[in-house]
Amino acid sequence: MTAYRGKYADELIANAAYIGTPGKGILAADESTGTIGKRLSSINVENVETNRRILRELLFTAPGALQYLSGVILFEETLYQKTAAGKPFVDVLNEGGVLPGIKVDKGTVELAGTNGETTTQGLDGLAQRCQKYYEAGARFAKWRAVLKIGPNEPSQLAINENANGLARYAIICQENGLVPIVEPEILVDGSHDINKCADVTERVLAACYKALNDHHVLLEGTLLKPNMVTPGSDSAKVAPEVIAEYTVRALQRTMPPAVPAVVFLSGGQSEEEATVNLNAMNKLKTKKPWTLSFSFGRALQQSTLKAWSGKDENIPKAQAALLKRCKANSEATLGTYLGGGDLSEGASESLHVKDYKY
Amino acid sequence: MHVDELIKNAKFIATPGKGILAADESTGTIGKRLASINVENIESNRQALRELLFTSPSALSYLSGVILFEETLYQKTSDGKPFVDVLQENDVVPGIKVDKGTVDIAGTNGETTTQGFDSLGARCAQFYKAGARFAKWRSVLKIGPDEPSELSIQQNAQGLARYAIICQENGLVPIVEPEILTDGGHDIKKCAAATETVLAAVYKALNDHHVLLEGTLLKPNMVTPGSDSPKVRIEFNDPAEVIAEYTVTALRRTVPPAVPGIVFLSGGQSEEEATLNLSAMNKLEVLKPWTLSFSFGRALQQSTLKTWAGKKENVEKAQAVFLARCKANSEATLGKYGGGAGGDLAAQSLYEKGYKY
Repeated sequence: MTAYRGKYADELIANAAYIGTPGKGILAADESTGTIGKRLSSINVENVETNRRILRELLFTAPGALQYLSGVILFEETLYQKTAAGKPFVDVLNEGGVLPGIKVDKGTVELAGTNGETTTQGLDGLAQRCQKYYEAGARFAKWRAVLKIGPNEPSQLAINENANGLARYAIICQENGLVPIVEPEILVDGSHDINKCADVTERVLAACYKALNDHHVLLEGTLLKPNMVTPGSDSAKVAPEVIAEYTVRALQRTMPPAVPAVVFLSGGQSEEEATVNLNAMNKLKTKKPWTLSFSFGRALQQSTLKAWSGKDENIPKAQAALLKRCKANSEATLGTYLGGGDLSEGASESLHVKDYKY
Repeated sequence: MHVDELIKNAKFIATPGKGILAADESTGTIGKRLASINVENIESNRQALRELLFTSPSALSYLSGVILFEETLYQKTSDGKPFVDVLQENDVVPGIKVDKGTVDIAGTNGETTTQGFDSLGARCAQFYKAGARFAKWRSVLKIGPDEPSELSIQQNAQGLARYAIICQENGLVPIVEPEILTDGGHDIKKCAAATETVLAAVYKALNDHHVLLEGTLLKPNMVTPGSDSPKVRIEFNDPAEVIAEYTVTALRRTVPPAVPGIVFLSGGQSEEEATLNLSAMNKLEVLKPWTLSFSFGRALQQSTLKTWAGKKENVEKAQAVFLARCKANSEATLGKYGGGAGGDLAAQSLYEKGYKY
């Protein structure tokens, strides 16, 4: 047997296809407690459970926003939280036609003998955890592998370890009813040009798809969450059309058509940049047998966070900011985003943090 | 490197409505064909057969490429016109077989690897000068209790990748051919699993070797039950549809969209079977980001050969038969083949156990 065809096969295929619905995308709201703490402190809000809950309620109940989303990735704590009125977040999402997803990795650890390269942990007891999350309403999962570009990086070891880890995570998810989002993020840090990023992205993606095939993963029931192909953060910027061309070409060269959709990470790009680049990709007239959409964290929440600033009276304003970004990205998946307009405060702010750790 | 030319030629060969005539039988193999119609295996007869094919009125309009054996690349019509010119004048790209056959891999159960690397670069450069613009290299795998083995998959995938990059360095579009033989009693699912595993290994190897996928073509087997296994049951509506589904699923799971075209080999299928299966694939309503066409040898020439039987007076009739097969397959690439071209002759199985070129 080549590809997994167990009891969840049809459901996996249907859910993966649904998440890839043109006009929709994913809100990545799965910041771990530590990471969300950084966000909250940037707007002088205390990192306590209630505040984390209030922020997520603000996002999930933003009027009109859910129609532009097909999925929301949650952190474990959030999966079990409720609105102030007592309604489980999972129900809010389901009623809004949005699939709940769950972050299942346990962060990165360094690979000895490399120059700061990492692998991702979280395989221990993963099957049981997935089952639990499925029971709680999750239907997809996410696992972030991280690679970097340097004179000798990514090394073959880092590529093999991360590809293998992603494949193991993916098949375990599928055995337990969760569509795995496969995320091999190549950090933007560095002074390399876009050609280098393209070469590395193609190598990494080829290794990922070989590993997924080796591990019998059912591609029709997966999604890919890659970086866009861009110049390094210390290198001169290029036009969105160039980013679109290089990115789509890298995918054409490595991603089999059986995968229903690509949901890009924003990786430090400003909200506006990320949307404009996604839009340019969808405008490109070339072979794209998978939908190209978004799975944005910072690039969907930044201006919302700023507008909220932890104050109840700002909630409507903050929700309006989120709606605006969701709608913009929805248009970008259709190649109809007209850009800019009057940007909310923070929409064009770069969100790049060197050597970003979740 | 000839990047733009490779991309352009690969794309042209993949033109919907056209396909490839594989006329690259080595001297030994063409000898077997000629013997089957009682024709002596000498150069003039080999030349006569190929002239019959290449000058069939209108047949060339259904072809985008013809694969030639080295001898044929330098042959001419009886009027003295180089075959290469005949093809080029009719917008058919000449191709060249560059492998040197298979050899057994020690320690395996009759698995093989393909040879032909020595001076391959120089040979490609020479073939390019003679007018060739694409090449073909056949790797062979088999299905068995322990086959294809990881060793065989790796050896053949690596071999195809080395051959491919060397071709591209010398201006030839490489047709990548990892043929999994139909021999065996396995079912269609087993063939599908083997095909997916082999193709995944091939594309990983091509990536490792920096091959420009936009300047390549794939020549795979269709996904079918083994030769000793019951044919796909009629209960499944249409056997061709089942083969089409399994085949296209396997390709969707492994072949990146950058590849412009897939040109199937016919294996031992009869002319009619091969065409029906190809048509069913093109009818399938599923996203296929590469064209699906043919690179047929036996499945394009069998009835033509029988009709010719080596006699000058039969040439016209034989050419008409050849034209009918080319047209049928052209329709198949558009999902429009209605069946029946060529009658009984075309329906004869061409399967030969343990087939060696």
